[in-house]
Amino acid sequence: MKIIIIGDGKVGYSLAESLSKENNDVTIIDKDPEALKKASEFLDVMCIRGNGVSTSILMEAGVSEADLLIAATTSDEMNMVCCLTGKKLGADHTIARIRDPEYASELSILKRDLGLDMVINPEQACANEIARVLSYPSAVNVESFSKGRVELVEIKVTAEMSIAGVKLQDIAGKVSSSVLIGAVQRADEVIIPKGNFQIMADDQIYVIGKPSNIFDFCVRIGIYAQKVRNVMIIGGGRIAYYLAGYLEEIGMKSKIIEIDRDRCLELSELLPSTLIINGDGSDETVLYSESLNDMDAFVSLTGRDEENLMAALFAKQNGVHKVVAKINRVNYTSVIKTLGIDSVLSPKQITANGIVRFVRGLKNALENPVETLYKIVDGRAEAVEFIANQSTKFLNVPLKDLRLVQGVLVAAIVRKNEIIIPHGKDVIKQGDSVILIVKDKQFSDFNDIIAPGGND
Amino acid sequence: MNFRMILRTLGIVLCGEAALMIPSLIVSLIYGQEDTRAFLISISILLVVSFILYRVKPVTTEIYARDGFAIVSLSWFLVAFFGALPFVLSGAIPSFIDAYFETVSGFTTTGATILKEVESLPRGILFWRSFTHWVGGMGVLVLMLAVLPSVKATSIHIMQAESPGPSPGKLVPKIRETGKILYLIYFAMTAILIACLLLAGMPLYDSLVHAFGTAGTGGFSMRNTSIGAYNNVAIEVIITIFMFIFGVNFSLYYQSLKGNIRTFLRDGEFRLYLGIVLASILLITLDLNANVFNTIGESLRHASFQVSTIISTTGYSTTDFNLWPSFSKAILVLLMFIGASAGSTAGGIKCIRIVLLFKVIRREILKIVHPRSVHVVKVNGKAVDEEMLSGVTVFFFAFIMIFASAVLLVSLDGKDMVTNFTAVATSIGNVGPGLGIVGPMGNFSSYSLLSKIVFSFCMITGRLEIFPVLLLFAPSFWKRVNI
Repeated sequence: MKIIIIGDGKVGYSLAESLSKENNDVTIIDKDPEALKKASEFLDVMCIRGNGVSTSILMEAGVSEADLLIAATTSDEMNMVCCLTGKKLGADHTIARIRDPEYASELSILKRDLGLDMVINPEQACANEIARVLSYPSAVNVESFSKGRVELVEIKVTAEMSIAGVKLQDIAGKVSSSVLIGAVQRADEVIIPKGNFQIMADDQIYVIGKPSNIFDFCVRIGIYAQKVRNVMIIGGGRIAYYLAGYLEEIGMKSKIIEIDRDRCLELSELLPSTLIINGDGSDETVLYSESLNDMDAFVSLTGRDEENLMAALFAKQNGVHKVVAKINRVNYTSVIKTLGIDSVLSPKQITANGIVRFVRGLKNALENPVETLYKIVDGRAEAVEFIANQSTKFLNVPLKDLRLVQGVLVAAIVRKNEIIIPHGKDVIKQGDSVILIVKDKQFSDFNDIIAPGGND
Repeated sequence: MNFRMILRTLGIVLCGEAALMIPSLIVSLIYGQEDTRAFLISISILLVVSFILYRVKPVTTEIYARDGFAIVSLSWFLVAFFGALPFVLSGAIPSFIDAYFETVSGFTTTGATILKEVESLPRGILFWRSFTHWVGGMGVLVLMLAVLPSVKATSIHIMQAESPGPSPGKLVPKIRETGKILYLIYFAMTAILIACLLLAGMPLYDSLVHAFGTAGTGGFSMRNTSIGAYNNVAIEVIITIFMFIFGVNFSLYYQSLKGNIRTFLRDGEFRLYLGIVLASILLITLDLNANVFNTIGESLRHASFQVSTIISTTGYSTTDFNLWPSFSKAILVLLMFIGASAGSTAGGIKCIRIVLLFKVIRREILKIVHPRSVHVVKVNGKAVDEEMLSGVTVFFFAFIMIFASAVLLVSLDGKDMVTNFTAVATSIGNVGPGLGIVGPMGNFSSYSLLSKIVFSFCMITGRLEIFPVLLLFAPSFWKRVNI
């Protein structure tokens, strides 16, 4: 697919990285030659220096043949104009990053009148993600499939958990047979486990299943799943604003600590039912006086990564059950993983995931569409949802007879309202939505999961 | 430095070279001459060496700019080394240094030869000699990038180090696709040229050999007196036009294929290239007329062929321009330095650098008049960044410096100044013939071994545009940990 990305910032770069690796022809437009330098050196993309609003630059980038134009500059207005111009010049689809909450409420009108196919708001997407992580107290990350009917939860195994040292084939008997462990990260290795795989302490496991079953699983393996009631948020930026709104919807109480007085006033006007504290969130005394120890969850959302991580560690030390930190730079993930913070989220990755999912959707609009796609384990494995249709070649064949490509696991089958955690004798029927866990590979066609020479 | 990855990549390149010898092997089988054995042995040696190199397991496959540069310059030295094997093994060129010179001259599309007599050589060997032009013209590694299935994003450094011009870029977002497009255009134009030559009455084998030489702007012929041997105006006109065409930046062809024909006229480099060619033809024709040839038509025919062959750095000849008046010879020597366009198969300094150098000079003058003035140098309506401008001036100095040192070394042989001067100019500019002993009807065989090594070095330096090769001589470049 031919994709033009305007704006080589955080989101632009990370999008270009994922999209070019998926074999799309990516062209980046940016005014700043320094930003483009990195992209041209490390990514297989074409870089054009110039203003993305300019017609001649867009023409140079081949907008008339482009399948998709993504405007991700820092300015909402510029993004809208870019998309509008791009569409007029012949781009098939357009995606704009629009982050100002003022526009967010008029999104549907904007989408229709500007002909936008998708609007991304990194802060809103990030807030949404945090809200979902908070509603799962002990899991690390939660992703949902089939409109929330199936969830994928990331859990870190500790020595006290009853599953530590148990082989997968014995889990059904010991704990629960209604969930499946789809991927395991051990030290630096990603494993798609088989029946004789033994779970060890410190493994990061990805559990897939019905939300209620996963909850049940969590309780059984000894994670005390208590519903979060009180959330403390440090930093009153846009994510905090959206997050407070979401938390209110799901019945959690939140307080926001923000250092800037004017912003506090603004927030208290926007969020009447949220407690706004004017203070320095990195100051211990402020945190203690706001009873940090009694909080169920702690979310650090300031503009500085280091501060967020330190504050999160401090909260963890003070016994807060669920700690989430936002970071902008994802450069040292391997170090951050070892810190013990429950969730570290980056808006740019969440945004990029969203768009990559949309792009895959576009690509496969006709056959075997990917419904959902999540990158798990730092993007080293993926959870993909396909819908089986007439063109699927292995309908009604028991799974044990299918010869799948190495590194592919059928994790769940959703049939109407029934969720099947597949065993050898289960079959895929037409209309089923099938969730796969895939390692080191990318599939754009459902039929590709069968090893060459397997069932046809 | 990722030495393991460099060795492994060299293994892949040598395996590619073995594949490139197959057409020549087939030719030698068709003609049933004694060179078949030489190709079979060379291919086996290449496969064994490439297999050993490919077995090196890199710790990480990541390559950075310095590794890309190292891969390109080492590949060129090695490819020429192994490419010389068929010449030695078949006995066509018994001395290895001579054979190495000939192969370097082939791959760098120079076309300078140490052979006094080529017509008696086996057909397969002659085919290989010209085929190296075709591959070397667009680049051995660009071909690998176009063909290999897994091309990493950082391979851009390899392409940039091998492609000529101050800022080689991609035509399309993917490196691999860019390589493919370049080779497709190249292949198509070569095919058209072969068809034209066949129509003009050249035999098939001769057409192939001369088409390779023209497309790569190389200049090896299978006739002792080059194109002049055919004495056929149609052939000369076709080759004159195609030499010019292969000296144009290939991205312009890609743009016109996409429908932007006007980019040709707007392109500053193309305008300069065309202007220089037309002016030189005019001046030389006037100079030759009544002096060397009797009719204006005859003068124009030889002047245009010689101008096109020298500026495109091909090096075919239809007449011995050694005997021309000095004004015409002086123009031709200047053209050797200028060369054709960036992003083409030609050598030399390249017109775009000349354009930029003139603009820099103009800016310096304006700066003296208005010391506080600020000027942005623009080419084709786009601002050129300062880094590139300083790169061009440094390149120019490095070019002249290597030229001067090579003249000094070559002078040890005691030949006359004009011969030495033009021999070095023609090697570093990848042209082929010079003046004096190395003129169009002469050759390089009388030079000493040392000089031949110096010439080979100059040819590779000129083809890779100096810095990839100079890098090999920097001690810090070889340290495992660069500090």
